Amino acid sequence: MPASTLTKHRATVRSTVVLKAIMAITGLVMIGFLLAHMAGNLWVFAGREEFNDYAHHLRTLGEPMLPHKVLLWALRIGLLLSVVLHVYSAITLWKRAHVASARKGGTRYHTSKGQRGVQRSYASFTMRYGGIVITLFVIYHLLHFTGNQIHPGGASSSPYDRVVNGFEIWWVWLSYVIAMVAIGLHLRHGLWAAAASLGANTSPRRRRQLNTGAITIAVVITVGFLLPPTLILFGGIS
Amino acid sequence: MTGSGDTSKDMDLKLRVWRQRGPKDDGAMVEYDVPAVSPDMSFLEMLDVLNERLTLEDDDPIAFDHDCREGICGACGVVINGIAHGPEVTTTCQLHMRSFTDGDVIDIEPWRSGSFPVVKDLVVDRGSLDRIIQAGGYISAPTGTAPDAHAVPVPKDDADAAFDAATCIGCGACVAACPNGSAMLFTAAKITHLGLLPQGQPERDSRVLDMVGQHDAEGFGGCSQIGECTAVCPKGISLSTISRLNVDLLGALRSTYAK
Repeated sequence: MPASTLTKHRATVRSTVVLKAIMAITGLVMIGFLLAHMAGNLWVFAGREEFNDYAHHLRTLGEPMLPHKVLLWALRIGLLLSVVLHVYSAITLWKRAHVASARKGGTRYHTSKGQRGVQRSYASFTMRYGGIVITLFVIYHLLHFTGNQIHPGGASSSPYDRVVNGFEIWWVWLSYVIAMVAIGLHLRHGLWAAAASLGANTSPRRRRQLNTGAITIAVVITVGFLLPPTLILFGGIS
Repeated sequence: MTGSGDTSKDMDLKLRVWRQRGPKDDGAMVEYDVPAVSPDMSFLEMLDVLNERLTLEDDDPIAFDHDCREGICGACGVVINGIAHGPEVTTTCQLHMRSFTDGDVIDIEPWRSGSFPVVKDLVVDRGSLDRIIQAGGYISAPTGTAPDAHAVPVPKDDADAAFDAATCIGCGACVAACPNGSAMLFTAAKITHLGLLPQGQPERDSRVLDMVGQHDAEGFGGCSQIGECTAVCPKGISLSTISRLNVDLLGALRSTYAK
């Protein structure tokens, strides 16, 4: 193979298409995590003991085949890697898009008309801002539930008490609602875009099906995550 | 056509047009009143009428690209009220003034892209699209007498889909409409057109690598699957061509590095 072709191929490895494929795969990994996380949270409906057992089992996952917390850390590292690659690709593509669309001070066209485009969804407008909101939320969430550094509602002795004490406070509940809506919108466009970027959009009919699927999964994840906090706030669980 | 005496439906319009003397000039929106516009005029005819007046008034006429005025060459194209090619899904030359109403204020701007530098007023340099085609939008075939039409059989569905993709006229509306300034619909149309046909197979891998490499080297953005491109495309190039391009590119990279 001539050297010039090799150079070109090396450039294509870093192309926008490959960055989008990385975003798609890492995004799907994170959606897989969200589905498992959401389903796990529903253990809170089974009661204090069952939920605490579930939380404890996350740490003993894979034992006795693997030492304590090894599988948990493997999953955490895989997730962290996904987050880093997802954010890196997003920032790289964001910078490119800014130059490519010839924006000056945030605006591209001088007209105030047609700002919403022809058919684009609200979710597609807010991907980048939603991403920032979700990143900030994840830090807050880890400090709250995983690390236990911040504990609204007072210190708690078990995961179950931490959940219930936290969500009995309206502003904690509200902060989670905002974050879950942001995640829902991000997934509504992100899931469709990931599927299409990886080649699943094979016809206009398939485009409609993929969009329906993306909306369904986004709604399931958002509602599934909001069920336990909402029931706790309104006194369904204590 | 409206009779020459019938001006009852004529419209008085106000235009706000992007004027820019040259590539280095800052440019600004300039207002013009255009009275008595017939709804039967095309958008470009309406600009012709204004330009005639500007010329008579010793003003500089508004520069805009146009050629066939039949919607098949891809030369014309401006952003009208924020939408590439305006309110109808067609080329600017095929847009009728009946899509507007009396008293409308119409904002007219050039395609905006870092890869489409403004030459003058509404004219942009779309050489970047030509260079993407030059990078791989061709096939190598022996020349000489034309082969029999049925010498290489092509399944009907493939022929139809290849033809749909081949109708891309390279006007650049997809880039102007894309929030990311991506030319992926344009690139994917050519990848789909040639990749579906037997004649396009020998260079299928190198074509997608070279064309995407050139697309990115020109500074175009990435595709976020928002779909504004296909919504304004005068030829209705399907968004699914981009999925096809992505599959071809990832496959080509795999086979390159598997060697």
